[in-house]
Amino acid sequence: MAAMTTSTIDRPARAAATRRRGRPRIWRGAVLALAACYFLIPLAASFVFTVHTPGQGVSFEAYTALLAADGFTDSLLLSLSLAAATIALALLLAVPALVAVRLGAPRLRPVVEVMCMLPLVVPPIALVTGVSTVLRWGPDQLSRTPLYQTFLAVQNEEFPLVLVLAYTVLALPFVYRSLDTGLRAVDVPTLVEAARNCGASWPYVVVRVLLPNLRAALAGAAFLTLALVLGEFTIASLLGFEPFAVWIVTISGSQARMSVAVSVLSLLITWALLLLLSRAGTAAATAAPSRDSSRTSRKEP
Amino acid sequence: MSTPTAEAERARPAAAAASGARVEFRGLRRAFGATVALDGLDLSVEPGELMALLGPSGCGKTTALRVLAGFEHPDAGEVLLDGEDITGVPANRRDAGMVFQSYSLFPNLSARDNVAFGMRVRRVPAARRNARAAELLDLVGLPDHGDRFPHQMSGGQQQRVALARALALEPRVLLLDEPLSALDAKVRLSLREEIRRLQLSLGVTAVFVTHDQEEALSMADRVAVLNAGRLEQCAAPAELYERPATAFTASFIGTMNRLPGLLTGGGTVAVAGQKLPVDGDVPTAVRDVEVLIRPENVAVAAEPDGEAVVASASFLGAVTRVHAELAGVGTITADVPSRDAVDLAPGARVRIGLAERPVRVVPSASPAATPTEAAAATATAGAAAAGAAE
Repeated sequence: MAAMTTSTIDRPARAAATRRRGRPRIWRGAVLALAACYFLIPLAASFVFTVHTPGQGVSFEAYTALLAADGFTDSLLLSLSLAAATIALALLLAVPALVAVRLGAPRLRPVVEVMCMLPLVVPPIALVTGVSTVLRWGPDQLSRTPLYQTFLAVQNEEFPLVLVLAYTVLALPFVYRSLDTGLRAVDVPTLVEAARNCGASWPYVVVRVLLPNLRAALAGAAFLTLALVLGEFTIASLLGFEPFAVWIVTISGSQARMSVAVSVLSLLITWALLLLLSRAGTAAATAAPSRDSSRTSRKEP
Repeated sequence: MSTPTAEAERARPAAAAASGARVEFRGLRRAFGATVALDGLDLSVEPGELMALLGPSGCGKTTALRVLAGFEHPDAGEVLLDGEDITGVPANRRDAGMVFQSYSLFPNLSARDNVAFGMRVRRVPAARRNARAAELLDLVGLPDHGDRFPHQMSGGQQQRVALARALALEPRVLLLDEPLSALDAKVRLSLREEIRRLQLSLGVTAVFVTHDQEEALSMADRVAVLNAGRLEQCAAPAELYERPATAFTASFIGTMNRLPGLLTGGGTVAVAGQKLPVDGDVPTAVRDVEVLIRPENVAVAAEPDGEAVVASASFLGAVTRVHAELAGVGTITADVPSRDAVDLAPGARVRIGLAERPVRVVPSASPAATPTEAAAATATAGAAAAGAAE
């Protein structure tokens, strides 16, 4: 009897609890659906635009013609090589600097942080104005010095190094954030000391100890830099170069369908590359968990 | 307190002669801004010996170890390893294996690769280094853990792997920087016996930093007590406990009563209504002294007309710690067998008796070595002992 009474009393309470638990799920689903619509509808619309012509039906001609399109391969390869160079340069600059600050001068961390974050508050248009001014001024002033050739070399159309330099500056905030988070998750001083104690030289410590434990952070930094470089338009366009983003805009005037097809394709390529980097980072993170989880104390058998 | 295994003790002399190195600190000084961490530290560690550096936080014990490891450079003084000055030698060429407080295993490497790391640095062929790593993992009791990553092991297991890694290169000196402080009590106890067993069987010279006096007293051949960057006393655990050389050591090691006494000539001191022989040097310049007496050398018996009153009594298992107020002396702490402490409730009148054995005396720090301060010192030491027992 008592059990029955308890059960009778509990039933509405349980039902109310179930309803309460159900509500967040509905809201969660609604928010996710809304976000999916926001991202997917324009994509789907773009895709439909590229394959469907009213009155003529479905055709993938815009995609098949891409490879043969003038400038497609060159601009894509240029963007990818610029991205690779930017990632390499940004990491080469940031990793030693941040490790050195963490190990040797922790008090300088706020200074480095401000310096690395500065590009976020400087609009690319301001940056490119400065860069183009210098590029115009340089040859005039330095024509009789060896630096003249340097000015020409950095503007080589086949591989404009000046873009790599500018993109490195733009990528610095993202690279810094990602690496800083990674360095915070690892007990860098102790790991370095442990490795040094085992006889490792400084380069060995960096290559064999620090970098493997920062793989997730490095992948994150590379991930963001890649996305930034592949989508960057302002600087490249104003400096007169034609990487992928600029090429898309160039052909959009004459071949609207193809330009949208390229945009869809570039999104897919970018996502594929990001997924690749993300998987590399996740694998690294699984092998090298954060400091907190590495200290999880399991029961002694 | 635990004792190392008899087997390991027997193995010690031969092994010690084989690989232990003599370590010497000479006039080490190291300051961090205005804070002086080491203030002219002189200390030597004999080959095959386990020396514990013990002291309160900020006394310089970790700094001394880091200087020996090569992670800190002294402002003055030198470090010698078997007579060779290694003060300027970089950390990676010091031939010293170190176990850190925070495990410090490389998270991306398996236990086997962690142990083999140093050998890999030295380009030992893979087959040899893997065999040696397996041997060391076996030695630390983890023969089946070679493929596990640090996050798949408990704290105690990680520290065993760290110990194996430190021993992998057969270092001339083993450095242990509070290696047990992050572990729970049970694991700490078993691992400290393990460390001592290994150190004895391998005969390696070891320097062990700890703030846990029970750990230091139970493991070390000798204990160096540091205070404010200086060496207070370096002695075998029993001597340190029984014959503290300074008031600081007396307060820091275990619980110590510091009772006001008066030298009465002939090598005796009057304290708490008794006359006791003085052990060791008798101060000649002063008559007012502090008499150092361990709680276990104080007897307390309930008597209606006793001169002291029980202030508090804490049951500690085999003994009950009694704090009694004695007029003109202050608080006296006594450890009474619990079966005899039934009547020693707070407020009970008791008679105090000091064991008739030689006692250590130190000059009164100042006229202020009042009963209140003596009681405070006793309370501090008691708290330290309680902390160590946790």
